[in-house]
Amino acid sequence: MIDISNIYKSFNSKQVLAGVDLSINTGETMVIIGGSGCGKSVLLRHIIGLMQPDRGSVKIDGTDVSRINRKELFALRKRLGMLFQGAALFDSLTVAENVGLGLREHSEYSAEQISDIVNKKLEMVGMSGTGGLMPAELSGGMKKRVGLARAIAMDPEYILYDEPTTGLDPIMADKINDLIIALRSRMALTSIAVTHDMVSAAKIADRIAMLHQGKIIFCGTPEEIKRSPDERVQRFIKGEAD
Amino acid sequence: MPLKLNILFQRSILENIGRSTIDLFQEWGAAFILLGKISLSLRHIFRNFSQILTQMMFFGVSSLPVVLFSAVFTGMVAGVQAAYQMQGLVPPIWLGAGISRAVLIELGPVLTALVVAGRVGAGIAAELGTMKVTEQIDALETMAIDPVAYLYMPRFVAGAVMAPVLTVFANFVALVGGWLVAVLSVGISSQMYMDGLRFHFHTRDLVGGIVKSVFFGIIIATSGCFHGSATEGGAEGVGKATTNSVVTSAVLILIFDYIISAWIFR
Repeated sequence: MIDISNIYKSFNSKQVLAGVDLSINTGETMVIIGGSGCGKSVLLRHIIGLMQPDRGSVKIDGTDVSRINRKELFALRKRLGMLFQGAALFDSLTVAENVGLGLREHSEYSAEQISDIVNKKLEMVGMSGTGGLMPAELSGGMKKRVGLARAIAMDPEYILYDEPTTGLDPIMADKINDLIIALRSRMALTSIAVTHDMVSAAKIADRIAMLHQGKIIFCGTPEEIKRSPDERVQRFIKGEAD
Repeated sequence: MPLKLNILFQRSILENIGRSTIDLFQEWGAAFILLGKISLSLRHIFRNFSQILTQMMFFGVSSLPVVLFSAVFTGMVAGVQAAYQMQGLVPPIWLGAGISRAVLIELGPVLTALVVAGRVGAGIAAELGTMKVTEQIDALETMAIDPVAYLYMPRFVAGAVMAPVLTVFANFVALVGGWLVAVLSVGISSQMYMDGLRFHFHTRDLVGGIVKSVFFGIIIATSGCFHGSATEGGAEGVGKATTNSVVTSAVLILIFDYIISAWIFR
């Protein structure tokens, strides 16, 4: 379980998070929505310890991410996977090396065992046979799928998605949504996705939370968000300007 | 200028000086912290040996052609200059001695370092800067892989090891360049040139130059890593990091050249 409690974060004089409270239950998929620049990715970075809050805490199974040392943080991160917005594949490594890097660094598996696991993960995301390609040879959708294979390579308990469908055509975006749903049921993952794509949010979410001006202003199921009386929520999900 | 305006002008100058000084100290502090972290991560040297070998190839083997090309002309220029300055004052047997001391102590290590700073230092800053702005360094962090041990330390080791190796090759080729000028242009015999080299060779000159190049290699790698890891923004940020890395390396190479020379050749 992930428990985000009263998180504040500002950059220079700009307050980005202003008292965020959110709980994500084990096994559920929580989608955090909100306008561009509202702090969704910043919140995600706090969960995995890439940023430290000015105030408040992020607890993963009771461990406060901002109060542990680097060694403990690295041990915790082995239980998490993250898909970055631009996939963040390592340019100088092949697809297979990208996916297998975590295993090579942290496991005692032999090169053949790692190769088997990498092939299995690539197969899970529909990228079989691409292990020898370089990231520069992949399309945007393929990069996301390889990024996803890398994120699940270590069999994490939690997976974080930063804008998983942004920049993809609708069909590829739907394929990524299907993959997220399939991975969740196959690997019993607890997932947190940040997106402003409402089609994706409605499809993959068990619950949706909306971040607005540094606070969570709504949290509920995809059905409940449609019935929310909050005008800000309705405007966002219908895509209406002020 | 009215008094009030004058006070405001002076305050603004003082503020700017103060801010620049604070920024400079913060930057130096961050660079020393990075250097400390890299030193601590040297305990992972055998675990990341394949990365170190890759970086040694990039730092050393790939730089060899440009270093040798620069070195041969450096030796030739040293020959022409030495012959011109000695004309009518010093017997030609001293030509080999003059070229060898200039090359081994100064020209070999310093010019090799400046060439490598332009090629490798810029490359390191651009590569790491691009990794930073495309979230690849964050991706390493999320995979519980320490970027210092995985990315920076191998470059640091490659710099410290390969800069002296390049300098030895550069020294040799520069002496050959000097010999070409001595024989073909100045008109002294090969034997006379070799005698000049041999009779006035001091191991301290060679070792001193190599010690300098170890420091220069460390400067080039650390500056590239520091500016690359501090990159912000997109392509513009990567460009700035690359420029800053080369400028910082060049300035520090010349400063440390003086410090180490004053220490070794007292």
